[in-house]
Amino acid sequence: MTRPTADIRPTTQPPLPRQRPLTTFFTRPQVIALAAVLLVNWLLFPGFFTVTWQDGRFFGSLIDVLNRGAPVAILAIGMTMVIATKGVDLSVGAVMAISGATAATLVTSGVPAPVAVLAALGTGLLCGLWNGILVTVLEIQPIIATLVLMVAGRGLAQLITEGYIVTFSDPLLIFIGTGSFLGFPMPVVIAAVLMLLATLIVRRTALGLLIEAVGVNRSAARFAGLSANALLLIVYTFAGFCAAISGLIVAGDIRGADANNAGLWLELDAILAVVIGGTSLMGGRFSIPMAVLGAMIIQAMNTGILISGFSPEFNLVVKSAVIIVILVLQSPLSARLFRRLPGAQK
Amino acid sequence: MTRSLRPLLATTLIFLFAYMLAVSQQPAMLSTRVLGNFLTDNAFLGIAAVGMTFVILSGGIDLSVGAVIGFTTVLIAVLIMWLQLHPLIAFAIALIVAACFGAVMGAAIHYLKVPSFIVTLAGMFLARGGASVLSPDSIGITHPFYTSVSKSYLLLPGGGRLTVVGMIMLAVFAVAILLAHRTRFGSNVYALGGSETSAALMGVPVARTTIAIYALSSFLAGLAGVVFSLYTSAGYSLNALGVELDAIAAVVIGGTLLTGGYGFVAGTFIGVMLQGLVQTYIVFDGTLSSWWTKIVVGVLLFMFIVLQRLVFRAGPRRT
Repeated sequence: MTRPTADIRPTTQPPLPRQRPLTTFFTRPQVIALAAVLLVNWLLFPGFFTVTWQDGRFFGSLIDVLNRGAPVAILAIGMTMVIATKGVDLSVGAVMAISGATAATLVTSGVPAPVAVLAALGTGLLCGLWNGILVTVLEIQPIIATLVLMVAGRGLAQLITEGYIVTFSDPLLIFIGTGSFLGFPMPVVIAAVLMLLATLIVRRTALGLLIEAVGVNRSAARFAGLSANALLLIVYTFAGFCAAISGLIVAGDIRGADANNAGLWLELDAILAVVIGGTSLMGGRFSIPMAVLGAMIIQAMNTGILISGFSPEFNLVVKSAVIIVILVLQSPLSARLFRRLPGAQK
Repeated sequence: MTRSLRPLLATTLIFLFAYMLAVSQQPAMLSTRVLGNFLTDNAFLGIAAVGMTFVILSGGIDLSVGAVIGFTTVLIAVLIMWLQLHPLIAFAIALIVAACFGAVMGAAIHYLKVPSFIVTLAGMFLARGGASVLSPDSIGITHPFYTSVSKSYLLLPGGGRLTVVGMIMLAVFAVAILLAHRTRFGSNVYALGGSETSAALMGVPVARTTIAIYALSSFLAGLAGVVFSLYTSAGYSLNALGVELDAIAAVVIGGTLLTGGYGFVAGTFIGVMLQGLVQTYIVFDGTLSSWWTKIVVGVLLFMFIVLQRLVFRAGPRRT
């Protein structure tokens, strides 16, 4: 886990200004990386950017990247907030399985679909609240607190489905996974709306600032009069809620709840997306849109590997290479190297 | 001393209590045959959990364990079946590769100053990916050495069998207990887990120790892969999926403090046995489904974490 380091000097870099003009948006490393990945995809597959209109919705590889990347993007929205408080949530994959299992089992036993959806979201909230209570009341390290649900959660999901893959034909659940709104796939719409809402709430209120304060120094935040525990509870509950939405999408997509495989290892993808988005694992400064962009980068790489004919397993090697590059770039070692270069520091 | 032994004592008592409870329900479980199978079936988990104990004692975490086991089984299968090497040579190569892999991760953790879980996460992706690039399909191993190893065992009183695989695990635990409590390296690990800054100021070689800890963890994961390969006679990239979680759970149930600096290797042994007991009981019962294992292990994990909090929160005030 996080290790105290001998280096206790405060960082010399001033905090970056919050509001930046749109022009700098295009020079951010994440945007350049996404552009580069998309460009490579286009070189491999010339029809990559072709988007056609058919049966009242858009089709094309680009739309597919958005659609396939949506579940991880939604997880990443919740995960960003958790990581900003210097925590991590390993249980989101298992919560996805629980939420999908809840919805599918309820629908097949005759409960109206809207109720089933609400129940699934409710279980997600409960799972998140459980994690939050472990972290705040029992003061357990986040990685371990959420590990409990990661281990037990899939068992719970299997308990709900009684070990079967519960398939359903309910139109509402299928619509959440595969429907379309204004021509865009429903998962993309949900992810976009959630991203906008979350960003507005944390940036137009003081909530984002408070989360960062807790992440930078929890006890200092508490001494400054913040109820850090309430904030942490909200953040973990929100992460559980995001995971439940993701679980509904994945279940709707395959028209069934698979307790073993739904959301398997997606927690790691979500953490990776957040890290690519520039949010530090040490807590503090965070950006939700950048994390969503990170999820899109991961999915664009996945799609690129698939269309170029490599086996899907090759993905893991590429992903680890990406993590290594990011780690080296973010490390104090390379920061020191860059500082020596002329002109790198003002 | 008595207070510091309390979690270990609690784990042992809970294991004995659970075992007696299981025996009262299923009298057939009280036999050396079942105990022998306990050791054989959980050998790879036990060996991997020993490595994890050292990592957690030092205040880190190693998520790459399961992936390294999977990678090792594939590498061994490739070396034996495709390159026609003798299994012992293949084992040696695999163990060296695993140890180097861990050393690189340790170096990254120390020099890049990144949390261990993100480095070992990258290691996990790399090892799983590397294994499936080597061979996406399962490779069966047929070699006279494998058949002779799987046929040799020590007969225990009562008809139980202590297999080679089980003996390897017991040996690893014995060596690890000595390493943790009787050597300078062991003290350094505990010191690092207590506080890295203090350890560095006291003159503990932080870089060397960190690299050695992760090299040891991956080496033991490699050894677990060897054992897994002997146990299943096959190499497959998806072998031992999620074993890192079981290993972490075993370490925690064994009473090792997750913040580092406190714990016993012997506790991990009991943690592994407790998980084995849950699994065996579910097999014996027959009516319970396999997913109960996950739930019970999750509940145990939760219980022990809470227990640790209570013991250590109450401790300093009282003494």
